[in-house]
This record gives sequence, structure tokens and C-alpha cells, in this order.
Amino acid sequence: MIKATHLTKRYGSFTAVDDISFTVGEGEIVGFLGPNGAGKSTTMNMLTGYVSATAGDIEIDGHDLLTDTAAAKKSIGYLPELPPVYPEMTVGEYLDFVYELKGCTLPRKQHLADVCEVTKTGDSLKRIIKNLSKGYRQRIGIAQALIGDPKTIILDEPTIGLDPRQIIEMRNLIRILGRDHAVILSTHILGEVQSVCDRLLIINRGRLVADEKTEVITTRLSGRLRVRATVAAPEKQLLSAVRAINGVLRADPVAGGEPGAVTLLIESEPGVDIRRPLFRVCAESGWPILALEQPGADLENVFISLTAKDPR
Amino acid sequence: MFAIYKRELRSYFVTPLGYVFIAVFLAAAGFAFSILVIFNALTSGRSDVDTYFTVVIFSFAILLPLLTMKSFADERRTRTEQLLLTSRVSLPGMVMGKFFAAYTVFGAAMLASCLFFIVLGRYGSPNGARIFGSVLAVFLVGGAFIAIGLFVSSLTENQLVAAVGTIAVMLFFLVVGFLSSYVSSPALRAVLGWVSVYSRFQNFTSGIFDPAAIIYYLSLCFVFLFGTVRVFESRRWA
Repeated sequence: MIKATHLTKRYGSFTAVDDISFTVGEGEIVGFLGPNGAGKSTTMNMLTGYVSATAGDIEIDGHDLLTDTAAAKKSIGYLPELPPVYPEMTVGEYLDFVYELKGCTLPRKQHLADVCEVTKTGDSLKRIIKNLSKGYRQRIGIAQALIGDPKTIILDEPTIGLDPRQIIEMRNLIRILGRDHAVILSTHILGEVQSVCDRLLIINRGRLVADEKTEVITTRLSGRLRVRATVAAPEKQLLSAVRAINGVLRADPVAGGEPGAVTLLIESEPGVDIRRPLFRVCAESGWPILALEQPGADLENVFISLTAKDPR
Repeated sequence: MFAIYKRELRSYFVTPLGYVFIAVFLAAAGFAFSILVIFNALTSGRSDVDTYFTVVIFSFAILLPLLTMKSFADERRTRTEQLLLTSRVSLPGMVMGKFFAAYTVFGAAMLASCLFFIVLGRYGSPNGARIFGSVLAVFLVGGAFIAIGLFVSSLTENQLVAAVGTIAVMLFFLVVGFLSSYVSSPALRAVLGWVSVYSRFQNFTSGIFDPAAIIYYLSLCFVFLFGTVRVFESRRWA
């Protein structure tokens, strides 16, 4: 559906996107993940033809974006970071306008009704967009993207600025769309990709640092167990005692402990739960454990490790 | 292109912009008409139609930026241009849609002001050819001015900058001919006279049909519309 090869965008001497290649297939929801300013929006703007790539090719649904522009653009529905709505129009007028703008040939009434049903915007067609909430505008933005029934949907930070209930609704909507579209969504919220995306593209400073299935990335990390423990004990003795526990790979003191106590980050071998032996060791020496927690094996860790070791 | 035309035209009349434009223009033109044409005709027996059209052209120089300042600047500010630029509509189609929408509002105002001459025709015998020529010239100059306005609007995302910039460019084209009397170099004087929108306009108001002027106005319009398309192209590749 979407095929990007060696995509590069330079602004003068600044390289915003540096030689990125990836594909997205039908029925796949791909999360485009990266810190702010990593080049997510630039890549999406290139995919949609809003800006041109300095180098590289983009193919949408088999049509080259540069040479077969009209056909390629017809296959894309795009929700930019700010929903591109005209505040003085009513929702109905706006959707009509987009329908005409896209030169859509599907039966108008039926198609617009379908789009409104999926995005739940049908009940306020007569309201003026200016008076609608951010979440509602975002839904109109998605409705706009769906008009013309494009095969690929590109969503730039679709949940930004929404309240928690709206975020859940938006994610459900994205999952529904993912069934029969190719969806790319960008975000810097890790929980989001974990809950909706099949695959992750992680981008940092314009470079692709990972392209893997979400569960592969998550399991890669959850194999290793990490425990953070705060113990009221002398640091040296505690460290040597903990390192002596069977299955401990490494234990390092971290900053932020309480006075008179040491906080350790302990990493153990896969499949070994060191919390019980840790308790025994501390109990034998009479060191009270003040806090013991397991930092979740979440994407945050992958993300930080992947983006931190970038050579630049 | 038609979708953009329709939306644009509607937005002129959903917001007060279109009404304000037409009302202010008709008030200014009506005032100028009563003083210069009717009052003069009653007192001295000579109506001053060419001064009236000069007032018309200068009031458009002030008022037309009202119509064009928003067109691209606001789309850029609110990011709605992303919708237009990622749609299948070509850049020339987008620019022409906006152009014709603004031109329609301008044309409606101008046509309404032509009713004055119907009134004049009932009570006197105005020189029809001279009036027709002048009206034609206003329609052509209006097109060139709107093209200038769209071009300036595409350069900025601030409506006010667009409006002031447009007025500046329009006034330049209008008054540049006046400079020629202060310039000694004949070559420069010829250039200034050639560029001036107003000196060519005077031919029409004095009853001369000037095909070169028509071509000049159309070219001016084309150059700025083409420039607008280029602005978007170059931004895409920037």
C-alpha cells in the first residue's frame, strides 16, 4: 500500500529525514514513533505530497507519488497535526466541500452518511465548526480523511489534545479503520502504539532506528527482568550481597534514594525472579527493604535505549 | 477548482467581508458619482466621468486587498492549506478557484455601480462608448489587482501584512506613471509610462480604445497568478 524507499528531506544544510525506507501493507496499523522534532511530521508530509522529498521514492497503492500524482493522492486520506477545518463552515458544508474537492464519485449521500457513522459526526452536521470541541474537530478531521474511501490513512498525532475518554474513542476508531485500510499514525505517546499498532517504526533525528512488530519489541525487553529496590543498608555491603545472588546480571546504585538508604537497579537473567532471594538476603543482614518495584517492561525502555545510542 | 471557488465565494458572504466590500465600494462610488457626475452636470453642465473612474480605480486599490488578504495567508495560518495541497486539485486549479471567487465579488460590486449610468442615461445623454471603455478597463484592472493580492497573500501567513503589502504594490503600479514627469532620462520615462496601470487607464476614460492596454492588463494578471503558483511550488520543494 505504502512503499517509501530511501526517503530524504533536507532543509538547507539541515537533514530532517535521512534515508528512511519502509512499507506498510493493507490491514496493518503502523505506529510512527519518535521524540518531538524527530522528523515524523516531515515524513508524513512527504507521504501525502504536501512537501516534496529531496531524494527517494514514494509509492502509494502502486502509484508513484511524483509521476502519477493524482492517482496516488486519491489513495491517501490524511489527517494533519491540526485538523484542516474551516471554522466558519458547518460540519455538513465542510464535508460536502471535501467531497467535491477530492472529486469523489461515490454516491454522495450514502458515502457521507457512512463516513459520519464511522466517525460519529452525523448528529451535528448543522453546527458551525468554530463552536465545536477539539475532540470533535479531530473526528471531523478523520471524517475528512475517509471521504473518497482511500486505501491508506495517515494520521499525524491523532490523539493529541484529547481528553482520556476521547482518546479511548479515537483508538477504537483507529482499530476499526485498521481492519481494511493501511494506517500510519504518528505519536510520541508510547502507550498509544502499544494499544493499537501492529508494527512500529521508531525514528530519531531523522533516522529509522527500528522497524519491528510491536510484540517483538515488547517481548525483547520483558525477557529481562528489572527491579528497583530501596534498602536501608550500607551501600558497599549491600552491593556485594546483591551481586552474589544467583541470577543477578548487574546491580547499580541509582540516584534519588532516601537518606540512609540505597536505591539499586537490579537486572536479572531471563526467567529469574530475584525479588524473593533479595528479601532473604536483606532479612538475614537485618536491612529493611523500604521500596521494591518492577519498572514495567514497556516501550519506554526500548525507546530510550534505541534513541539514546544514536551515533549523532 | 469549482469546489474551491464555491467554498471561497460562500466564505465571503458567511463572514461580513463580502458585504463590507460591496457596501463600502458602492458608498464611495456613489458619493463620487453624485459629486463628480451629477453635481457637476447640474452646476456647470459638464459631467466629469473620467475623474469618477479614477476614484473607482483608486478605491478598488484600497478595497480589493480586503478580498484577497485572507485567501492564502489564512489557509496557511490555520493549516487548512494542507487539505488543499494534498488533494488532487492542481496548484493552478487552486489559484484559479480563489481568483474567480474574488473576481465574482468584485464583478458584482462593479456591475451594481453601473446602475448609476442607467440613471444617468434617463436624464441625460452620456457618451456611451467612453463609459463602456472605462468600465471594461476597470474590469481588466480589477483582475490584475486581484492577481496581485493573491500573490502577496501567498507570501505571508499574516492577513494584515498581506493587505498592506497588496495596497503598496497596487499603488506602485497606479502612481508609477506620475514619477515620469520628474525623471529626465527618456528611456526611464518610457519604462515608467509603460509600467503604469493608470496612464493606460486614462486612455479609456478619455474614450480611446487601447488594445495594447488590454493585453498589458491581462499579462499583469497572468504574471501574478503564475507567480502565485510558483510560490506554492517552490515552498513544496524548499
